[in-house]
Amino acid sequence: MSTDKQLYTISVYTENNIGLLNRISAIFQRRHINIESLNTSPSEIEGVSKFTIVVNMDEVNIKKIIGQIEKQVEVIKAYYHNLDEIIYQIAGLFKIKSELLFEERQIQNIIKESNARIVTVNKEFFVLEKSGKKEEIIALYNQLSPYGIMQYTRSGLIAVSKDEMKISTLLKTYNN
Amino acid sequence: METQTINKQQQTTKTTERISGSEAIVRCLIEEKIKVIYGYPGGAIMPLYDELYKYQDKIHHVLTRHEQGATHAAQGFARISGEVGVAIATSGPGATNLITGIADAQIDSTPMVCITGQVFSHLLGSDAFQETDIVGISTPVTKWNCQVTRAEDIPAVLAKAFYIAKSGRPGPVLIDITKDAQLDTFDFSYEKCTKIRSYNPVPKTEDSSLEAAAKLINEAKRPFIIWGQGVILSEAEEQFKAFIEKAGIPAAWTILGASAIPTSHPLNVGMLGMHGNYAPNVLTNECDVLIAIGMRFDDRVTGDLSKYAKQAKVIHFEIDPAEIDKNVKSDVAVLGDAKASLEGILPLINQNSHKEWHQKFKDLYKIEYEKVIKNDIHPTKEGLTMGEVVKEINIQTKGEAAIVTDVGQHQMIACRYADFNKSKSNITSGGLGTMGFGLPAAIGAKMAAPEREVISISGDGGYQMTIQELGTIFQQKAAVKVVVLNNEFLGMVRQWQQLFFDKRYASTEMTNPDFVAIAKGYYLNARKVVKREDLKEAVAEMIASKEAYFLEVCVEKEDNVFPMVPSGASVSDIRLE
Repeated sequence: MSTDKQLYTISVYTENNIGLLNRISAIFQRRHINIESLNTSPSEIEGVSKFTIVVNMDEVNIKKIIGQIEKQVEVIKAYYHNLDEIIYQIAGLFKIKSELLFEERQIQNIIKESNARIVTVNKEFFVLEKSGKKEEIIALYNQLSPYGIMQYTRSGLIAVSKDEMKISTLLKTYNN
Repeated sequence: METQTINKQQQTTKTTERISGSEAIVRCLIEEKIKVIYGYPGGAIMPLYDELYKYQDKIHHVLTRHEQGATHAAQGFARISGEVGVAIATSGPGATNLITGIADAQIDSTPMVCITGQVFSHLLGSDAFQETDIVGISTPVTKWNCQVTRAEDIPAVLAKAFYIAKSGRPGPVLIDITKDAQLDTFDFSYEKCTKIRSYNPVPKTEDSSLEAAAKLINEAKRPFIIWGQGVILSEAEEQFKAFIEKAGIPAAWTILGASAIPTSHPLNVGMLGMHGNYAPNVLTNECDVLIAIGMRFDDRVTGDLSKYAKQAKVIHFEIDPAEIDKNVKSDVAVLGDAKASLEGILPLINQNSHKEWHQKFKDLYKIEYEKVIKNDIHPTKEGLTMGEVVKEINIQTKGEAAIVTDVGQHQMIACRYADFNKSKSNITSGGLGTMGFGLPAAIGAKMAAPEREVISISGDGGYQMTIQELGTIFQQKAAVKVVVLNNEFLGMVRQWQQLFFDKRYASTEMTNPDFVAIAKGYYLNARKVVKREDLKEAVAEMIASKEAYFLEVCVEKEDNVFPMVPSGASVSDIRLE
């Protein structure tokens, strides 16, 4: 098992309960592990939530973390994957002065080439949205930065695994 | 026909009885067959106390002198009985005072349910009087916790609490109930919890793992068993005994595993770890198959992991999957309940005796006896030793007593030398090392098992951390025998200062009060022993007492506990002096 650190996503299927986020994040905090990103959302199963957590760790320790997460009463199942084993997306939002859109011709080219989407435009500003890998969003940021960005934010990583995560089957066996 | 209608009406009334949330809490406790609870009243929990007053013929509430004492008493109760202990406190400081006991129960896998009062739900988050985020605070030290803000949620949440606390690997659960949820009324009915979708308390034992384990055990030349509290928690004592006897394998215990089989059992080769016995520590690094049962390879047991049993194949019987490969990589993991696993493996195991290998343990015991044990229990120097006090208690109780210890030198000595004939007889704070645990835990143990002799052994340091619980002993007429081994030092820290800090005794010397006078102030029979010739008779007087009894024994001030695996060293580098 690899002892080299790399980015892993941890997918945690849980009951939707107040306080569970605290319980899960405490597992990382206690071991001095920095969470790179964290996203919570409903999952494909009704009433089941999904946490997607990104951490930079080695495999030996991530297995231990999975054990600690699954030990929590309200956790149904946790999986870990490296980035090659998942399809993932990150979204970035850029708020930029509207006048630049007309004054700086280059910006229109940047938008076209980066496949970014204009979410809204008004007199004062427009908002660009770009989804993709972290590097793509950073590249766009670097391109836009010289013109002045009013606001910038990046979402947590969301992912689906290439392999099956057999939550429905698992829940069926629990229910029987 | 008319009677039938009335009966029907009565049944309906019964199932949809309208009561307050606080009465519901009491009714839930009764449904869970709880007869004794420990706690301390205060503003936010007063509605519950009002109901406890009404139901006092069904549930006995023990007023401790501090909420920490309530948790330790509940722990003592749980540890000797195997049942869930219950502690109650008010919001704010009452709740935070529970935390040490909760953390202790978490690390020592003790089933406990704590109920705390909370401010009115409309005041939550407003920094109200005695408001504290106890759910947030207790999250890392509870198996599960939950805040209840609606009366009608109380039965289901408490049913879950008891189920989670007791099932699988046990642990503490905290339920925080707002004052309005205690006061509001609702239609009460109770259903025990037996299943939670996301919670799998006992993982399935794979036949293949039992077969793989049996193969390793049958082929082993120098097999060695190390067991922990898992054997006691799953009540697998008989199965465990049958297993080691058939396989003829020497077995050693972690501090919480003590008493699972009698001290005198020929295959019981003693205690593991930092102050454990010489043979089991040294031979951990000579065995060819190490069989761990219901234990978690704590660092006090393993010493330096990089030099721990590297030559051995490791089999790990464990109920908690998170413990597998956490500290020690196993070659075969047998998941599941220890009792079922041991029952399952017994027919697969060959009869064996491993005589030569067992002889090695005996040989090393002789060395330890000459260098350490003899001087501890039959000292020739003038000062009394902790070991001879424990030995005297063994003789006079014939090993039948439950020994409740605090934390420090006296704890190591008591665990090393106490004779245990019965399981669940060693009650101590293992993982957390909570000074102040002993006295209140002994109260809980005595109340759970009044027929048993319960002897609390503490040092002069830890004793003073919860000394106020003498008031509880007095008020409850709990016939606990309280022994304080007084060396006027925080002895274990002093020992480390002597060995590793060049004898700089920073803040370890204690100027102590008159302990006998304090005990007498609580109207307890009390006596102090300073000379060896008085020890036997004083212990006899204590054992003969039908009531609580306090015995102070002044022991040698600067004795050390040996053997010792220095912190960070390998178990086989254990020092005898």
